[in-house]
Amino acid sequence: MAEMTLLQAINDGLKTEMRRDPNVVVFGEDVGFLGGVFRTTEGIQKEFGEERCFDTPLSEVAICGTAVGMAVYGMRPVAEIQFLDFIYPGFDQIVSEAAKMRYRSAGQFTCPLVIRSPYGGGIKVGHYHSQSTETYFAHTPGLKVVIPSNPKDAKGLLISAIRDPDPVLFLEPKRLYRAVKGEVPEGDYTTPLGQAEIVHPGQDVTLIAYGAMMPIALEAARNVEASIEVIDLKTIMPLDIKTILDSAKKTGRVITVHEAVRTCGMGAEISALVAEHAMEYMKAPILRVTGFDTPFPYTLEHVYLPDAKRIVMAIEKVMGY
Amino acid sequence: MMQEDMIQILKPNGELVDSALEPKLSKEELQKLYHSMVMVRLLDERMLMLQRQGRIGFCVTCLGQEALAGSGLALQKNDWVFPAYREYVVALIRGMPLLDMMGQYFGNELDPLQGRQMPNHFSHKETNFVSISSPIGTQLGHAAGAAIASKIKKDKNVVITYCGDGGTSSTDFHAGLNMAAIHQAPCIFFCSNNQYAISVPVEKQTGVKVLVDKAKAYGMRGVRVDGNDVLAVYQVVKEAADRAREGKGPTFIESVTFRMGPHSSSDDPTKYCPKEKFEAWAKKDPIQRFQVYLEKKGLWNEDFDKKLKETLKQEILEAVEKVSKAAPPKISTIFEGVYQDMPYHLKIQHNELLEEAKHKGEFIDTSEKFPL
Ligand SMILES: Cc1ncc(C[n+]2csc(CCOP(=O)(O)OP(=O)(O)O)c2C)c(N)n1
Repeated sequence: MAEMTLLQAINDGLKTEMRRDPNVVVFGEDVGFLGGVFRTTEGIQKEFGEERCFDTPLSEVAICGTAVGMAVYGMRPVAEIQFLDFIYPGFDQIVSEAAKMRYRSAGQFTCPLVIRSPYGGGIKVGHYHSQSTETYFAHTPGLKVVIPSNPKDAKGLLISAIRDPDPVLFLEPKRLYRAVKGEVPEGDYTTPLGQAEIVHPGQDVTLIAYGAMMPIALEAARNVEASIEVIDLKTIMPLDIKTILDSAKKTGRVITVHEAVRTCGMGAEISALVAEHAMEYMKAPILRVTGFDTPFPYTLEHVYLPDAKRIVMAIEKVMGY
Repeated sequence: MMQEDMIQILKPNGELVDSALEPKLSKEELQKLYHSMVMVRLLDERMLMLQRQGRIGFCVTCLGQEALAGSGLALQKNDWVFPAYREYVVALIRGMPLLDMMGQYFGNELDPLQGRQMPNHFSHKETNFVSISSPIGTQLGHAAGAAIASKIKKDKNVVITYCGDGGTSSTDFHAGLNMAAIHQAPCIFFCSNNQYAISVPVEKQTGVKVLVDKAKAYGMRGVRVDGNDVLAVYQVVKEAADRAREGKGPTFIESVTFRMGPHSSSDDPTKYCPKEKFEAWAKKDPIQRFQVYLEKKGLWNEDFDKKLKETLKQEILEAVEKVSKAAPPKISTIFEGVYQDMPYHLKIQHNELLEEAKHKGEFIDTSEKFPL
């Protein structure tokens, strides 16, 4: 075991899998010589050479399109998009090509690629470096969407994502890159995709979050008298419906938390699932703590983003219902 | 085309290459150029310093690329500009007030953009300087569209748009050049080849040796210019604009220059760019070169320069003093302007946030509750 930041854990995960599998290649803007603008790919080009870790031209469609081609051919590309906000030129390749390859060819061709990208706010860099638009992708059948919240999961989930037979969008909470540290097992291990974890057991309220919201969800849970069950989703597509519903039935109160805009967000999907399958257990309305349905502001970022206090207000509301 | 093949009017030492090439600019125009170039350099240095001191959150600079001013001077008042993020000297020379810029750097109540965008993402309606976006290249298609619109409306307005060497790889580069060429639109694509896209050198950006070769593929006129020579930059843009106005179609300009600073305040170029490159390009400094020319024309001396720099520094300082003390934007600015009329769900969310602010007692805000 070694103490690592989330950033180091991702770097370690990439290197671990590249050592094991020669089919893994890493590429994107500034990922090679520089080692990434956040330094997630530091040292990879040095260890594995320019063929397996290279800088691309400034074109997300080139990055995503070539990743599809490599994956179809039989490699395991791990492409980086510098910020999730810049993925859209590659959107077509992800949602129309990568996500549909298996289905449309009846399994003749598959697309086992990983696209990594930092997402979310909290580092004060304005609209185009802060958005949390995971739902666009979770809305795409054929694509998996994974969002780790801590170093140990980040490495284990990344290795699982690379080995997964289907395309995976791997979103990294950039504000936690250096802010969270934790023990990370050495060498090869996996954390299963599609499985949520109860990270703080409780009886009164189920608090469901993922990625960058986990630290504030836990902070809120520890700062109230009520007994809060906190679930870290880890994978938002496919959702771990069983863990969500079991907890909802137990507590009878559900709050979802994400920094993404509210309308049509993951919170809406989870609320619908609970309403469909566990309505009779509910003791209070299902609440969503989210960012607002506006573009992401620069100066007022701290006002926009959910924090522990916003979550506590929601907990008080469902407890006082 | 040869790598060295580019239009130059002033040699790096400030001498004229050929006096026949000298553009006919008035004393006032020459002074305006110099003034803007010095202003933007002083502004960049000050803003980088303020960023280091934590007084502003972020900034980019155009250090070494100040000759962009020449492109701004070559345009007419009603022409349009679709910039990337290093061309604010074009806004300055076309009349954007320093105070508006300063407000944007600080993103507070005095920011005309209400603190919505990160620093250096200016927008200025009065000079047709269209809102800067971070995603690389998106403005290139917009410029083609605006130029086609100008042609349809028979306005005789020219559109200029800018990108970097990295921007030439973007999808929108292809889209914009292709559309403009098909429509013979009055559009100028000005590419500042400053040799790097963050850490990626131009040799890794493209298989062509010189970027101007890309123009051929679109059937567009291409021109390669010394981007550190403000007179040459002025001249090629003026020619391109005249042609466009006469209905002779678009031009692609590769301006060969160098980014003399970090990519942005978050970047450390020593990690990927050899010191020797900076040293070599420092000898081709655009301001220094222009200054020698002006001196020969009797338009520059050390005394004048000292006074000019003192005045400009003072102007910047006063703008910082004035702007930095303002309050943050109001909470309502988060919700306003998403649409022209605020939909019901945003009114609900706005009121929720005001309630939360009251509960937290953290932000003093005078936004009004929305009547539902
Ligand atoms: C579509 C997109 N991808 C990635 C980025 C991140 N990024 C910001 S600036 C930049 C390099 C731009 O280089 P270039 O176009 O040469 O302009 P320069 O900064 O050199 O002026 C990159 C990769 C972005 N802003 N937009």
